[in-house]
Amino acid sequence: MTLIDHLNLVAPALLTFCGSGIILMLGLLPIKKRYLGFWTSLSLVLAFAWLVVHHLNQTDAVGLSGAVKLDAFAIFFSMIIVGATIAVVLATQDWAAKLENEMEFYALLLTAVGGMLILTQANDLITIFIAIETISLSQFILAAVVRDDRGAEAGLKYLLTGAVAAAVLLYGLVFLFGISGSTSLDSISQFILSSPEEFKLVLLLTFIFITAGVGYKMALAPFHGWAPDIYQGAPSPVGAFLSVASKAAGFAIALRILYGGLAGGDSFLSDDMSQIFSILAIASMIIGNTGALRQTDAKRLLGYSSIAQAGNIAVGLAALAVGSTLGAGAVAFFVGAYLFTNLGAFLCVHIVEHKVANTEIAGYAGMLKRSPFLAVVLTISLLSLTGIPPTVGFVAKVYVFNAAISAGNAWLVGLVAVAVINTAISAYYYLRWVRIMWLEDSEENATQIRPNGWQQFVLALMALGIVLLGVLPNRLINLAKAAAETLM
Amino acid sequence: MLAAFLLLPLAGGLLTAFLPESRKGEARWIALFFTTLAFLISIIMYVMYDNTAGGLQYVETTEWISTDLFTLSFGLGIDGLSAPMILLLGLLSVVAVLISWNISEKTGQYFSWLLLLESAVAGVFLSLDLIQFFLFWELELLPMFMLISRWGTGRKLYSATKFLLYTLAGSALMLAGFLLLGAAGNSFDIQTLTDSPVTDAAIPLGLIFWSIMLAFLVKLPIFPVHTWLPDAHTDAPTAVSVMLAGVLLKMGGYGILRIAVPLLPEVAYDSQTILATLAGISIIWGGVITLRQTDLKRLIAYSSVSHMGYVLLGVSAMNSVGFSGAAFQMFTHGTITGLLFVMVGYVYERTHTRQISEMSGLMHHLPKGGVIMVIAGLASLGLPGLSGFVAELTVFLGALEPHPVATILGILGVVLSSGYILWTVQRVFQGPPRKEWEHLRDSTSWYEWLAIAALLIPIILFGIYPALLAESIESGIVPIAQVMEALEELV
Repeated sequence: MTLIDHLNLVAPALLTFCGSGIILMLGLLPIKKRYLGFWTSLSLVLAFAWLVVHHLNQTDAVGLSGAVKLDAFAIFFSMIIVGATIAVVLATQDWAAKLENEMEFYALLLTAVGGMLILTQANDLITIFIAIETISLSQFILAAVVRDDRGAEAGLKYLLTGAVAAAVLLYGLVFLFGISGSTSLDSISQFILSSPEEFKLVLLLTFIFITAGVGYKMALAPFHGWAPDIYQGAPSPVGAFLSVASKAAGFAIALRILYGGLAGGDSFLSDDMSQIFSILAIASMIIGNTGALRQTDAKRLLGYSSIAQAGNIAVGLAALAVGSTLGAGAVAFFVGAYLFTNLGAFLCVHIVEHKVANTEIAGYAGMLKRSPFLAVVLTISLLSLTGIPPTVGFVAKVYVFNAAISAGNAWLVGLVAVAVINTAISAYYYLRWVRIMWLEDSEENATQIRPNGWQQFVLALMALGIVLLGVLPNRLINLAKAAAETLM
Repeated sequence: MLAAFLLLPLAGGLLTAFLPESRKGEARWIALFFTTLAFLISIIMYVMYDNTAGGLQYVETTEWISTDLFTLSFGLGIDGLSAPMILLLGLLSVVAVLISWNISEKTGQYFSWLLLLESAVAGVFLSLDLIQFFLFWELELLPMFMLISRWGTGRKLYSATKFLLYTLAGSALMLAGFLLLGAAGNSFDIQTLTDSPVTDAAIPLGLIFWSIMLAFLVKLPIFPVHTWLPDAHTDAPTAVSVMLAGVLLKMGGYGILRIAVPLLPEVAYDSQTILATLAGISIIWGGVITLRQTDLKRLIAYSSVSHMGYVLLGVSAMNSVGFSGAAFQMFTHGTITGLLFVMVGYVYERTHTRQISEMSGLMHHLPKGGVIMVIAGLASLGLPGLSGFVAELTVFLGALEPHPVATILGILGVVLSSGYILWTVQRVFQGPPRKEWEHLRDSTSWYEWLAIAALLIPIILFGIYPALLAESIESGIVPIAQVMEALEELV
């Protein structure tokens, strides 16, 4: 392989990093219209096109001395991340144009995406850590991109909790290196498969540290404390980005470490790993759902809901840890479904907030009459979050629960029982919101909200995706399955 | 044909949903057109169904989700059990549209939810796949929640939420149960799982049975998980009460006969005493509580608890006579209680009160309405010659031998129901006429009489000539009954 070939493997990340640099330079030019949103979208679209090409070519290669691995799995998650970011950028241009520091927003968004793209491909402990830090540093500032009290509070909270999580993760990675003598996931999994049982305790400790560090990115309880505050305090476009792209990256690396590094269902750790994931899933679902029940603020509610949804995905992790062949595909599918579902909801909330500067759910009364398009898209997204057919959220839940049940362990059956009861609880707060939009009358002087052209396009795409993939999910299921199989 | 029955109401619902505000008067005509069309299809399907051949007919299947590890198909079909349910659904949907004729608030949205409800329930009765069954089972919640919470009366949001949470909590475990069955049997196809019931799963089969049964018992509803029903009924608009009593409760009974019993026959057979006990308690408890009601609509709602107890009693007999009685009772209860709710709405629309104590001698002012109410009441208490009698008698005949005590309780329940029905008719329609009701007049609108006639005809027809219904039902329950009889011989 020549140097070009090596660089080609990480081309999408390079594209976004270069895009970030260009934007920083453009931002310094003393001209008024700088079209920063356009340049951001362009570098993202180029990255996406590159991913599509390599998806079609079914590329599977290792490069940069084994530090990165470009396979169907990395491409699948990269596409989710880039796709989500393009949607966010297109739908929030108006908001960004009014920002005092528009340049920083776009530049940091691109570096965060670059970090995530590296993370999905990472095959080495050091790459993993550097990628995670790149993401985190960008996101700390993104959370505080609006320089008011709330923004500053959100940024600082995110920074402090994030620093602790990174330290814990690093500790876990160092342990892993210490016992296996290698930073490459491939040799680590070799080592674990051949290592004696006496390493079990230390490996388990390592696993817990890594899970804590990565669980922070996925907003899994009990590492979730930041989520409601950041989702509420940070600007909604950043919230949308964090809730989808950052979470997707978190699950991607969790799957990669679990399968590639810790040898998945084959090692003597698998039952313990599955039980730990089960506990985290139960905690996330219960904390997320009971927290969301009491919320009156749309963004904060979505924050708690994202914790609960992470719990749902973790049911799939628990299943795949015991070697369920369905598990990895189920997680990948759920993350793909979550892209459409959560972006739909978050972008609707953003559009409303941008217009009326209020995120109270009570303010959504009569939305159907005021802005039917928004109301319908938000309804479809909320139904999908609940898991009501015929949306992709329903298929995703059935898929994940089915994976857990068919693994055949008794505690997984119990886990699914908890999960389905939590689905019932979540219906209460999601459907209450729907009811307010459809059936309550708005105040006399309530503002009409008209999304602009790009927003309509993006929202229509999300709604269409939710319903189409809910009715005909085969294509996404096969993609997710193919991605998952490259891990095994 | 079946796909048309499923999709027609949905199409009508979409049309009314997007009707501009200025043309909302047309919504009811659109709704009437589409429900009538669906009703005609259901009649054709019912008549064309070949009872002697039995089994699933008019099957339409396509593969829905397929991976190499599991496949879900999307299939529609009817057998002798679902054909009458489809007929009932088609009929009651037309009735529901007719008695909603005067809805003036958000008319377009109202009818689109009502039609979506019809499609969802149709999906439940027609599904051939467990996950697909669950899909439609969940889909029905949203329209019900919307209809009760917006167009209801009284504590409507409370009642709608209670309905939602009870049903969701019940159906949550049902999904877990279905997935367990699917994993154990390596298929989600109901027919496949009926032909070769699973014998071993990740958790004891009894747990799976009860996790599935819970959803059906909540829906039926059976004591002690019935408390959502009176609230939902009382606060729902009349048409929604008709749909709720008429077809939504039947989803519970249908689920038991279609899924819980045939898929886990041995567990079901062993649980018959528990089921019979629950049924007996439900019948008596429902009856006693009904006697104490002072609100006319709440009274009819509680009587449903008692009457649906007969369905469970019939099932618990675990023989062909009992199953037939249960299925027959489901159909007749749908028409009879539907008519009772229509009449309660009829009275309420004129008096604007549902308190029994405030009414008296209404027969003087509403003679026609009074007569219909008396007929419906007599059918409800099981007067021979009307369809309620046939259903209850069949249930008792089936259940007497295996569960004598529960059956005697059931017969006592008939006495109770005579008590509350006759007493109610006496308090509301008989007695001295009151001055304040002198202005009341019987209805002259065609749509109300059409709705009443549509319900009255099957009540009388199937009472005089039950074979019309029984032949179809018997062909539907033959396969389950055979399994049960084989089990009985083993014991």
